[in-house]
Amino acid sequence: MTVHNIRHGDASDGAFAEAVGGRLSRIDGPAKITGAAKYAVEQQLEGLAYAVLVESTIASGKVRAIDTTAAEVAPGVLQVLTPDTIISLKTAADWFGTPPPDKPYCPLARDITFSGQHVAAVVAETFERAVAAAALVKVSYEETPAIVDLSDGKAGDGIAIDAMTKEWGDAQGAFASAPVRICAAYNTPREYQAPMEPHGLIARWEGDRLTVWEPSQWLDGMARTYAEWFGVPFENVRLVSPYIGGGFGSKALALSHGAVAACAAKMLGRPVRLVMTRPQTFTGYGGRAATRQTVTIGADVQGKIQSIVHRGVNETSIDGMWVEPLGSVTSIMYTTPNFSSKQNVVRVNSVVPGAMRAPGENPSAFGIESAIDELAYEVGIDPLEIRLRNYAEQDPHAKKAWSTRQLREAFAAGAERFGWSRRTPEPRSMRDGNQLIGWGVAAGTYPVRRAYGEALVRILADGSVEVESSSIDMGQGTYTILAQTAAETLGVRADDVVVKLGDSRFPRAGVTGGSRLAGVMTGAVYKAATSALDQLVGLAISDPRSPFHALQANTLVVANGRIASPRGDGPDVSVAELLKSVGRDHIEATGDTMPANSTPEDRYKNYTTIAMSVPHTEGDYSRHSWCAHFIEVRVDEDFGTVRVSRVVSALDSGRLYNPKLAESQWKGGIIMGIGQALLEEGIVDRRHGRIVNNNLADYLVPTNADIPDIEVISVGIPDLHSSVLGGKGVGELAIVGVAPAIANAVFHATGKRIRDLPITLEKLI
Amino acid sequence: MRDFSYVRANSLDAARQAAALPGAMLLAGGTTLIDLAKCGVAEPETLVDIAHLKGLDRIEVNERGATIGALARMSHVADHADIKSRFPAVSEALWQAASAQIRNMATIGGNLMQRTRCPYFRDPANFPACNKRQPGSGCSAIGGVTRGHAVLGISDACIAMYPGDLAVALVAFDAIVHLGERHIPVDDFFLLPGTTPDREHAIEPGEMITGIEIPGSASARRSTYLKIRDRQSYEFAAASAAVGIEFEPDGRTIRDLRVALGGVATKPWRARAVENALKGKVLEPDTVRAASLLAVEGSVDHGANHYKVELAPRVVARAIRKLGETA
Repeated sequence: MTVHNIRHGDASDGAFAEAVGGRLSRIDGPAKITGAAKYAVEQQLEGLAYAVLVESTIASGKVRAIDTTAAEVAPGVLQVLTPDTIISLKTAADWFGTPPPDKPYCPLARDITFSGQHVAAVVAETFERAVAAAALVKVSYEETPAIVDLSDGKAGDGIAIDAMTKEWGDAQGAFASAPVRICAAYNTPREYQAPMEPHGLIARWEGDRLTVWEPSQWLDGMARTYAEWFGVPFENVRLVSPYIGGGFGSKALALSHGAVAACAAKMLGRPVRLVMTRPQTFTGYGGRAATRQTVTIGADVQGKIQSIVHRGVNETSIDGMWVEPLGSVTSIMYTTPNFSSKQNVVRVNSVVPGAMRAPGENPSAFGIESAIDELAYEVGIDPLEIRLRNYAEQDPHAKKAWSTRQLREAFAAGAERFGWSRRTPEPRSMRDGNQLIGWGVAAGTYPVRRAYGEALVRILADGSVEVESSSIDMGQGTYTILAQTAAETLGVRADDVVVKLGDSRFPRAGVTGGSRLAGVMTGAVYKAATSALDQLVGLAISDPRSPFHALQANTLVVANGRIASPRGDGPDVSVAELLKSVGRDHIEATGDTMPANSTPEDRYKNYTTIAMSVPHTEGDYSRHSWCAHFIEVRVDEDFGTVRVSRVVSALDSGRLYNPKLAESQWKGGIIMGIGQALLEEGIVDRRHGRIVNNNLADYLVPTNADIPDIEVISVGIPDLHSSVLGGKGVGELAIVGVAPAIANAVFHATGKRIRDLPITLEKLI
Repeated sequence: MRDFSYVRANSLDAARQAAALPGAMLLAGGTTLIDLAKCGVAEPETLVDIAHLKGLDRIEVNERGATIGALARMSHVADHADIKSRFPAVSEALWQAASAQIRNMATIGGNLMQRTRCPYFRDPANFPACNKRQPGSGCSAIGGVTRGHAVLGISDACIAMYPGDLAVALVAFDAIVHLGERHIPVDDFFLLPGTTPDREHAIEPGEMITGIEIPGSASARRSTYLKIRDRQSYEFAAASAAVGIEFEPDGRTIRDLRVALGGVATKPWRARAVENALKGKVLEPDTVRAASLLAVEGSVDHGANHYKVELAPRVVARAIRKLGETA
């Protein structure tokens, strides 16, 4: 009965910036640029105390004793927390919601499994006092030998993760009889998310109610964890996180430092702020696990793949489990009649690794997209051509049709724009003075992860609109695209929509991770707004006080903040006037994307765990985003320095809700990929099992000077199998494939195949 | 951070007196000192702020050379028109150092006092052994992660690299450090670690850098600073070279040559062997390449930093060749 016209066009379908598909600039931008945006730990609270962590200086062993005498009498010190003095917590369920063991949880460690583990904390009246006193805490240890990394002789082969095994045909047999065979090992080091805003929080208790101001990619999941730790109802914990200074996967979970701060606040009866120092961020939570892969490909003389055998290993911690799915791209990028992929994880003395932009797909693509390039040279055909010869017309693993796969279009558009046809095939065949020039290509992909979300849409008496959701904006543009969605659905300007995010009191949302938020939340806001619009039109038609009451219409048009009859033969009033005439000060509706028969338990589980995530191969289709990167590098032949001089990437993220923001996210992913390829590596002192480059002067991320102009091309089409409005994932896609494209370009430039990231100068001189 | 007192000196003499007291340190731009205080290496009892002292930020350039006040900012010196034209290597070294924000704060005097980036030196909590911090405590770097450590001028006590850029150019052109009335060559100002790596500069208690003087020369006028690193900006050198050249009237024969290295040694490293091998020679690629190998004579590496031994001569050769091309 209502009129709503969401256009399901392509990326450029935004007729005007404020509609879905339009290039509206970030509406949170001015607040961030002017400093008006208040980040979590910037809250000014009465009686705030400051906590500072004390970390283990050994990687393996036991805490023998902690001498807090000097710290306790240091000026301004309020309390010193140790495993003996901190209050006891309950173990919380993991992010799958698996029921936890019934044993206490202590966020301060007695058993040391990595260097940098939290062993004590000092709370003082000022941050500086707490830092000074923390240095006075004397910890003595019984040290035992550590397994420092994957290459440690004590590390062993690790644990086979059977759930990662993917096999069809006879991969070993087909390889043995293939006329062309390649086999190589590819390694990626520990990498770190390095968000500009370090991890930290303010925790405040009022009775048995806890408020936590903390940068968060998942308010409801983190609130659940805090509630379970302290044994209070979920509703008693409020997470507030309106702005996040970058997460990249690292801010999705409540971590031990959060538990320490919340314990300190409870014990002290005062709000407590705890912010990690930059060095602490390298061990306070996990970056990307170091990985090892071998990729073995058998092919015919035309380069048609007959067999892929893939073996992967990633590191995890001594007592935690992290699986970085290394076969995720290997198993779907190319068609092959025979395939085998298996994976082990190996325990080392490190913090448990975590999610970092495109976990799994990223290192997986480095393996297969380097290997296919090696195969192209082995067979003697163009690296782009070999990818087309082995193009997967359906998901080779799930044996299902792709929902949409515009990868062929991405190859074509990228190659055209890059000028790929002018490439000379021989390595070292292109140069400019001392600079060897190389052109490389690689593909990337990321699955469409789906879950459910809910949102509230409120039409106020003045005709303006509010949207509320506990989802978050860490820079991707949630505020903006939800305003666009509500504006278009309700026929108002985006300026008239206020989006409120980052408060767990709002309608709930699942994790902002796996590039799922935009698809989930535009759907939820669309449904809520549609429902509010239904109410508005229903009132206008049925309420005796409405000017439309006598019209006997069965629908009305809402546009530009006004409501009118469809044929223009009746009243035409502003939404504000209509609300006034029917005596309402607002209309509101909640919408969600949950299945209709969902129970409250289903909903709680959906928003506080990832157990309800919908598999990307559910039903008849396999759903993924796709991309192709074309990259030019210049390698100084004397110095071995690699500079990326040109990037053209064509990407299929389905329909773009806001192309400007999507392009920005793609470019961010490509920049992060350049860092991964050339610079980023956590370096371990093997004697101490400790990361020594734990700061942003020594852990190198790209600067502006390292980044050339990056051209991104959208080749997506709406994919309604993937989301309500036709979008697929954006945020993680673009990093996938950048590192192999650069490594492939470096090979083309120099004739040297670098299979260990990062590609630093000493590997090329 | 522990408590310290803060004194704002109102004259040069007052600053020197205050800084002579035990535990006192001078504060100018603060870019090194505050960083070192945060990582627990610097623990001053008193900070003597000299940032506002008048007359110490002058930059004067004439035929004889340049004098630069200790409080001149890196960015001001780098952008000074006469420094750019008469001492291009000095300007280029400054532009390629640090970040724009740091260059805008950091002073020339403080720049000379910059300390090593050795990660073991910078992490007292985890690595108590450091002869530079605590004489006699040992060296945590030897046997550890040494990719960024020195291959020249090292000792059994210390292999920490001198990280700066400006001083490399200053050493090449025989600059003089002014410690008030006492003037010493910059090459003597920086000390080799030997058995006393804690002592990095030939500066006595009560002394303060007041400025530097760079003699003008034809080689300084035709000079360059070439800095090689994995990251294009805001990274310390993997290897760098400050090179100046003066040709005979034929435009091919080398009359004077200055070569100094950064990123490879425990102090700014003058490579006189390269200079002597090429003076009087015609600039030819093979000659230059062979002579440049002398830059790393006597080097000792620790495996992970071996690449510096390969890289440094190539950087020197490229810099010389580049200056030759502009003849």
